[in-house]
Amino acid sequence: MSLYTPSSPHMHADTSIAQVMSKVLLALLPGIAAYVWLFGWGIVVQLSFATLLALGAEALMLRLRRRPLLPFLTDGSAIVTAWLLCLSIPPIAPWWITAIGVLFAIVLAKHLYGGLGYNPFNPAMVGYAALLISFPAEMTAWQAPQPLDLAQAASLIFLAPPREVLDAVTSATPMDFLRTQLGLDKTVDEVIAHSPLFGYLAGKTQEILNLMFLLGGLWLIKQRIIGWQIPVAMLASLAIMAAVFHLYDPERFASPAFHLASGAVMLGAFFIATDPVSASTTPRGRLIYGAGIGILVYVIRTWGGYPDGVAFAVLLLNICAPTIDYYTKPRVFGHGDKD
Amino acid sequence: MTEFALILVSTVLVNNFVLVKFLGLCPFMGVSRKLETATGMALATTFVLTISSICSYLINAYLLLPLELEYLRTIAFILAIAAVVQFTEMVVHKTSPMLYQVLGIFLPLIATNCAVLGVALLNVQQDLGFLQSAVYGFGAAVGFSLVLILFAALRERIAAADVPQAFRGPAIGLITAGLMSMAFMGFSGLVKG
Repeated sequence: MSLYTPSSPHMHADTSIAQVMSKVLLALLPGIAAYVWLFGWGIVVQLSFATLLALGAEALMLRLRRRPLLPFLTDGSAIVTAWLLCLSIPPIAPWWITAIGVLFAIVLAKHLYGGLGYNPFNPAMVGYAALLISFPAEMTAWQAPQPLDLAQAASLIFLAPPREVLDAVTSATPMDFLRTQLGLDKTVDEVIAHSPLFGYLAGKTQEILNLMFLLGGLWLIKQRIIGWQIPVAMLASLAIMAAVFHLYDPERFASPAFHLASGAVMLGAFFIATDPVSASTTPRGRLIYGAGIGILVYVIRTWGGYPDGVAFAVLLLNICAPTIDYYTKPRVFGHGDKD
Repeated sequence: MTEFALILVSTVLVNNFVLVKFLGLCPFMGVSRKLETATGMALATTFVLTISSICSYLINAYLLLPLELEYLRTIAFILAIAAVVQFTEMVVHKTSPMLYQVLGIFLPLIATNCAVLGVALLNVQQDLGFLQSAVYGFGAAVGFSLVLILFAALRERIAAADVPQAFRGPAIGLITAGLMSMAFMGFSGLVKG
């Protein structure tokens, strides 16, 4: 078979992996800025530490696998993984939590499968899930919304503070709080109205973070780095699930707005679920993939044992992605039935 | 009705026999290299599991318990399972020789699939009734089929990946199964008890 080659001039699409990854990192910046404003410098310490560690792990694995160092180290994919992991864990998590997560993500979830472009699971979410299952206490100790300066944050992260110090700066996340209160037979409206944790839609800090990640994500869609299908399908299915149950019993089930502005929804929808390697690749498949994540997020959040379901939902749909692709192959032009 | 729905959700997702209870790993690793064989195996196992779950309930309730022969339970169940497997093998042989050839050694191996005996014994242990046993067996089979088919599609993709030499084949398969099992932990807590 010979390939048809049109005559020159050709239009050159000036994209490379490094460029795509740096745009993703750029789109994360508003969210990170909001983190610094709300929680202080912990996140910056985590990001720098994780970036160094991720590059180190990547270099080590490339060496062991006898692959060229420079092109893979400079493509930025390891940094994206490290940043997504840092944005998922508590900003003042001890350094070894970050280290284990990053190593798990880069070594096990990425390089054992052949490195960039081959990993069937989202590396950052593999690292996060492994951490959440192994160290639930450290992973649920969320920092209370008060900005910490650089020295405070670094000492909390690296110096293993005693329990009392840690208890003083951590608090329940709004979603955890709502969940325990609902368990005590309170209604959603009561809980939200009577706690300073909540803002207009959801948790005070969470709604700002989600808004910032939404802005970054919309910019990525506009830049054509990610397709619209996965985020739209995921957010729509989450909103529909929430709306149905909210209408059924508004006292026990929070509103769709609450769900959309809570937890890691926007980060998940625009930055995590859209990972081009581990997500579904066909247009119809992406809609199914996104919708599946949205539904599972709602199910795990509402009835499951974990406070937020984004990581598990993404991993579960990563498992399904090859099967979804298999059954949603687009019709090849000129082949098959028209209808 | 809710009870049966809960049994289904529990056996398919929350307490998935392969990824949470770690039963039936041999066919899970052995027949998952290709999607087509995996689908065939999934169908055959679903059939066998449901029927053997019902049979073992009947044997237990109407033969072993009245005659006080509970100590023969394991042997009696194995015999019933072997008979059901033999029956399935004959049916597949007659109706789809292609599938029969593809499944090869694995079809009689359903008899040694620990998930099948596991379901029969768990039915007795949990004191499930007739319909509950049938649903439990069917749910276990659907859960097994689901992860087997998903795993097969994943492995087809991994087969094309640049996996380090030392990890090719079963090694990366087991790592993948472990990561899948981790993802399934997200369902924990969905069904209480």
